[in-house]
Amino acid sequence: MSLVNPTKSTKRIGLLLAVIVLVAFPLIFNNPTVTTIATYCVMYMAIATAWNSFSGFTGYVSLGHAIFFGTGAYTLSLISTGLNMSGGFPVFALVPVAGIAAGALAIPIGFVALRTKRHTFVVITIAAFFIFQLLAENLGFTKGSEGVTLAPGGFAASDYNNPFYYASAVILILTVFLVWHIKRSRFGLQLFAIRDEESRARSLGVKVDRVKLVSFVLSAIPVGMIGAIWAYFIGQIYPQFAFAASFDVTVALMCFFGGLGTLAGPVFGALVLEALQRYLVLSLTIQNLYLIIYGLLFLAVIVLLPEGVLPSIKKQISKRLLPTGADVSFNSPDSATSGIPQASAANKEPVKEGKAL
Amino acid sequence: MTAETDAFLEVKNATRSYGGVKALDNCSIKISEGKITGLIGPNGSGKTTLFNAITGYESIEGGDVYFRGQSITGKTPEQIFALGIGRTFQLTKIFARMTVMENMFIATQRKEGWLRSVIRPAGSSEELDRAVEILKFVGLLKLAESPAGSLSYGQRKLLELAYILIADPTLLLLDEPAGGVNLSLIKELGDHIRYLNSLGKTFLIVEHNMDFVLTLCHEVNVMSSGSVFMTGKPEQVRSDPRVLDAYLGIDDFEEEIVVP
Repeated sequence: MSLVNPTKSTKRIGLLLAVIVLVAFPLIFNNPTVTTIATYCVMYMAIATAWNSFSGFTGYVSLGHAIFFGTGAYTLSLISTGLNMSGGFPVFALVPVAGIAAGALAIPIGFVALRTKRHTFVVITIAAFFIFQLLAENLGFTKGSEGVTLAPGGFAASDYNNPFYYASAVILILTVFLVWHIKRSRFGLQLFAIRDEESRARSLGVKVDRVKLVSFVLSAIPVGMIGAIWAYFIGQIYPQFAFAASFDVTVALMCFFGGLGTLAGPVFGALVLEALQRYLVLSLTIQNLYLIIYGLLFLAVIVLLPEGVLPSIKKQISKRLLPTGADVSFNSPDSATSGIPQASAANKEPVKEGKAL
Repeated sequence: MTAETDAFLEVKNATRSYGGVKALDNCSIKISEGKITGLIGPNGSGKTTLFNAITGYESIEGGDVYFRGQSITGKTPEQIFALGIGRTFQLTKIFARMTVMENMFIATQRKEGWLRSVIRPAGSSEELDRAVEILKFVGLLKLAESPAGSLSYGQRKLLELAYILIADPTLLLLDEPAGGVNLSLIKELGDHIRYLNSLGKTFLIVEHNMDFVLTLCHEVNVMSSGSVFMTGKPEQVRSDPRVLDAYLGIDDFEEEIVVP
């Protein structure tokens, strides 16, 4: 069965290499421009992985995860300024607090939003997002449109980005580890069952409401933690950036591009698209060109690679490598069943399988 | 209805209407434990509505449903499934983007907290063994790793039966199991049902294929216009002129016009 994968050792080596690259990258490339791009990439890799663990797995597309990003950002900013923290590593201790704040906020939001059907859910999350952006702009303690300025990190200028890079990398590794567990767990199967046939899953005893809410909250926590690191990284936050309208669309595109519902897809998608965006902004100094490119890319992905880049590549490889007919998973059922030897049943009656029913 | 057995499942005077149409009109039916019971009737006679009423997919406006002497009226589909009543659908509901094997684990009822369920792999070794056994039984084992969405129509029907069997229901309601299924395999499907019946499972089967129903079932209920109007052994049903009338007589459309 799928839980026992023949390419397990290959996967392990690949994973190990990826972790080595992740850890070694800022040590090898120490140009601040490059490490800035890399830091953003790692941040979005974690965010996309977390977003995918809810939206990709359940099929409930959330366009409101910016709420949790912003909440994380404001939690760290307000607490650190409130306590007059003077930068340095202690501020990172607030990152888990920001994650908890985001997760706690996800409970009531999820509780309300997840009562609706899929399409309504999208609209509700957008509405919730705008409510929170407005709150950040108008509430007294968020300092409104003036934003919040944090004490600078105070790290050595030559490798100023590294603490933020590694903090994000830790969150990325933890998130991927969590989502990997979810994907192969019973909980993960239940999420996929909800994606495919929610009402049927419910009738088969899946606690649909609870499962969706738990998944929603779990996906909010890493996003909140990254939001906190981001706030500390950029040093001052404003409502329209902490709660950015393009945030969820960007993250969704990363997941669709790489492969929605897969583990590696969102990581890959975020890496490619975030690097591309940062590169374009820096090299062409046209701030919003990436939005046009994203739009075109989104269309291209939906039309040409609806499953995403990685699953399409995987499919191509397995088609090339396996002789025709041996690949039962991707062929049409009729051709797949023909030629397969008949399985005899464990019971007294022989059961034929070869024929298409 | 045989008098010597207590009713395993009983529907008493169920009523359900859609607008002016009475889909169930004072409908009563009794199912005996350990039997294969058929439910036949022309299109629109209320068979699927009755299934929905029993399994909690639709509420009834009047009447009661009893399972093993307990009222299950108004219970939700999941509560009814947990009591041991499994059903399949006329239009199959499988989990298309999951593999056949993954489909098998959805209905497994394991008691564990949500945190454990997030962390522990799906499918214990016992569940896996059982899933393999059932897939072998319905002849889908070779396709265990294929996405369920790639199965043919008939295979989907078998998968739906298979993933319900993993929860070990005592009563199975099959909605047109032979509908759209290749003729030569209908017999095999009948063999599966007989075998499961010999293990003690009770069946209620809605089916249009008369030969299939009349050779398989121990007794047959005939529905027309929202109620069961006769119950008998297959041979009685076969020779009853009222059954022929129900199928060939008044068309539902005409009836709607005639009834004020």
